[in-house]
Amino acid sequence: MNTQAEGMQRFYKTIQKYGIVFVLLFMMIIFMVINPTFISVNNLIKIANQASIYGIMALGVTLIIIARGIDLSMGSQVAFAGLIIASLGQLQTATFKVYPNLPELPVIVPIAVGLLIATLVGATNGFFVAITGIPAFIATLGMTTILRGACLLYTKGQPVTNLVPGIVFFGESLFGIPMPVIVYMLMALLTYILLNHTRFGSDAYAIGGNVQAARVSGINVSLATIKVFAFSGLMCGVAALVFAGRVRSVHPGAATGYELTAIAATTIGGTSQTGGIGTVWGAVVGTLVLSVLRNGLTMVGVDGYWQQIVEGMIIIGAVIIDMRKNAKAN
Amino acid sequence: MSEQYLLEMNEIVKSFPGVKALKGVTLKIRPGEIHGLVGENGAGKSTLMKCLMGIYKPDNGTILFNGKEIKNYSVRDAMNYGIAMIQQELSPVYHRSIMSNIFLGNEPKTNLGFIDWNRMKVESLEWLKKVDVEEDPTREMHELTIAKMRMVEVARALASDAKLLIMDEPTSALTTKEVKQLFTTMRKIKEMGNSIVFITHRLDEIFEVCDQITVFRDGESVGYVKPTEIDQNGLIQLMVGREIKNLYPKTECTKGEVALKVENLSMGHSFKDVSFEVRHGEILGVAGLVGAGRTEVIETIFGLHKKSSGKIFIEGKEVEINSSSDAFDNGMALLTEERRKDGIFPILDIRFNTTVANLKHYIRKSNLINHQAITADTKEYIKKLDVKTPSDKQLIQFLSGGNQQKVLISRLLLTEPKIIFLDEPTRGIDVGAKSEIHRLINDLAHQGISVVMVSSELPEIMGMSDRIMVMHEGKVTGILENKDINQSVIMEYASGIRDDFVPAETERVNA
Repeated sequence: MNTQAEGMQRFYKTIQKYGIVFVLLFMMIIFMVINPTFISVNNLIKIANQASIYGIMALGVTLIIIARGIDLSMGSQVAFAGLIIASLGQLQTATFKVYPNLPELPVIVPIAVGLLIATLVGATNGFFVAITGIPAFIATLGMTTILRGACLLYTKGQPVTNLVPGIVFFGESLFGIPMPVIVYMLMALLTYILLNHTRFGSDAYAIGGNVQAARVSGINVSLATIKVFAFSGLMCGVAALVFAGRVRSVHPGAATGYELTAIAATTIGGTSQTGGIGTVWGAVVGTLVLSVLRNGLTMVGVDGYWQQIVEGMIIIGAVIIDMRKNAKAN
Repeated sequence: MSEQYLLEMNEIVKSFPGVKALKGVTLKIRPGEIHGLVGENGAGKSTLMKCLMGIYKPDNGTILFNGKEIKNYSVRDAMNYGIAMIQQELSPVYHRSIMSNIFLGNEPKTNLGFIDWNRMKVESLEWLKKVDVEEDPTREMHELTIAKMRMVEVARALASDAKLLIMDEPTSALTTKEVKQLFTTMRKIKEMGNSIVFITHRLDEIFEVCDQITVFRDGESVGYVKPTEIDQNGLIQLMVGREIKNLYPKTECTKGEVALKVENLSMGHSFKDVSFEVRHGEILGVAGLVGAGRTEVIETIFGLHKKSSGKIFIEGKEVEINSSSDAFDNGMALLTEERRKDGIFPILDIRFNTTVANLKHYIRKSNLINHQAITADTKEYIKKLDVKTPSDKQLIQFLSGGNQQKVLISRLLLTEPKIIFLDEPTRGIDVGAKSEIHRLINDLAHQGISVVMVSSELPEIMGMSDRIMVMHEGKVTGILENKDINQSVIMEYASGIRDDFVPAETERVNA
């Protein structure tokens, strides 16, 4: 091997490892060339803002997929947690109140209760997967339907509006940066630390990498699985808070299909459905790819219907490239 | 000249980034020959076979099959030429019938283009007969034993008109009896005029069944010999390029107190009333046939299965072990039988694989993992155990079997065990690495660790153990001092002919 060939080798490896970043930059350059306002600070902030809700969900599902699971109930978890947060955080002047006689609570109460319940719902998913052994696909599919029903039951089908300023705050801006983006970045940091620097993350990789070996290595697989799903639930709770803040209301059908966007973002970011492979930065970049694509295609005037077709092709294309990369590694 | 060979691979060169895997290898196979391929892991056997199967394209060299040069071909083409490979890891379609597997992708059709199930059944029966399998072809594949599945794969290769069968370690999961049967069938296939490339790590098998041997070392073919021209030591010397002085470097060491005592341990139908003890510094070999319950015993002690009754004492104190993490807490460590299935995390790096069982010692007060310590310990053990790897960040799947095993042993040692269970520690590992692992086991005993070693290789059991526990169908039939003992005695215990522990109440009339 001469050094030039080795240099090429290294170059290809870099391209492979960070390929998705190049794709993102490439897309941004193209959109910028066609429509220079794409790259304006305002528009970039808008992209990040739009990315935040399913970006936060993608963080949770990244961990689940690393542990070789899946969560199809994330959208309904967001709706359910959102309804809880909203119902406990309505203005006294609201026309329809879920709890008519409830006094205005300190804003921490609806948020804490909402996050707690979201975490418990996630843990329940994890419980079914870990203890009964049914596939995560089925467990969370069932949970989706259950939660949507629970949402309708909870508000009798009504949307919950007129939220207190403390909740609406999460949809506004702080020093010019949207709160959703700030929350997203904090959550990404939190997930990064959990995944790479704690036992919790290490166990997720172990379970996805080889569940039998994990068991033999003294890892409590059931408990770790429950924790991973609970974490995803928590992320759905946070996403729900941001949702309530941005939209200023939550209805029982909210966030429908968001889980698919989150899973797509994770997948584009290189998290492997076969488990054991995945990164937080990949999930973030994958989310941005989708968000840039949606925004950019609109900015350059591509038909909304075409946007969906392009998005779908990008998802499939990303996975094809990713699988080839992993195949080469073998 | 070249007509006398079925296959000629000349001067094959194949490079991968950073490695020259094959440096001009030659392989010549006659029609109707069983040709043994031996060499350490990484010597180039698999790479050469992948070149032959069309999975890799050689950088240089020629391949002649049936006298005609073939090149730039795909796996499909290779199969059409008449080359078939039976992988070490079987991959049948488990939930389809035997006949569907035999004719997979090659199903006989009726005139209308539908699958001709009747013909398929009739022809399957013929092929099954040729490989000595008496089974209903409509039975589903997953109901068969591994040995039979392997024979069905052979039948499948024959049915696709293969002239050359490559068998990659076909004996690795078979019992002695099944191996004998396999050899009979292999000879029969040879009589039919087909050739077989037989890859194995068990050298005695090479001598038993092969007509010709090619020896590989470091990407070169270093020997082309007949089994009659060489003995086992000569072959090993060719393979490793040096003399392996002592495959079993067991040395006497002082025994301490009893470290582990097991009393009347039972687990479901797997095994019953197993009692034994091991001292510090002692190696207890566990012998028996496949299915005797040896693996189950140690896995139950280790908390991977729930015991139905019995007691376990560690250093005189009774302990309850309900999970592997309890086992680690009690100073035990287990090297599992199937490295790929429940040992390694293939897509994760050596650091992870080394430290996964010991993670709690790397967690700082802040609950964060101390990655520096992990890297330092991994590097230390790579050096200590002489793991051959470019870096501690290498994914473990890219290491050879022997080096993977060393990483797994590092994983156990990091937990500082007092008692270590080794389940087939050298299965599928080449001779050089084998003697290193044996040396390591011996060192462990010298450090006062109790070693319980399950092995199906009697020379290994006899070469390494202080005492030997023999099991037969879930029962301990003998616990023997490893002195003046021979293989046939152990086999008598293993097959249940001898039993030192016949309980009085069930004593037979003829006992």
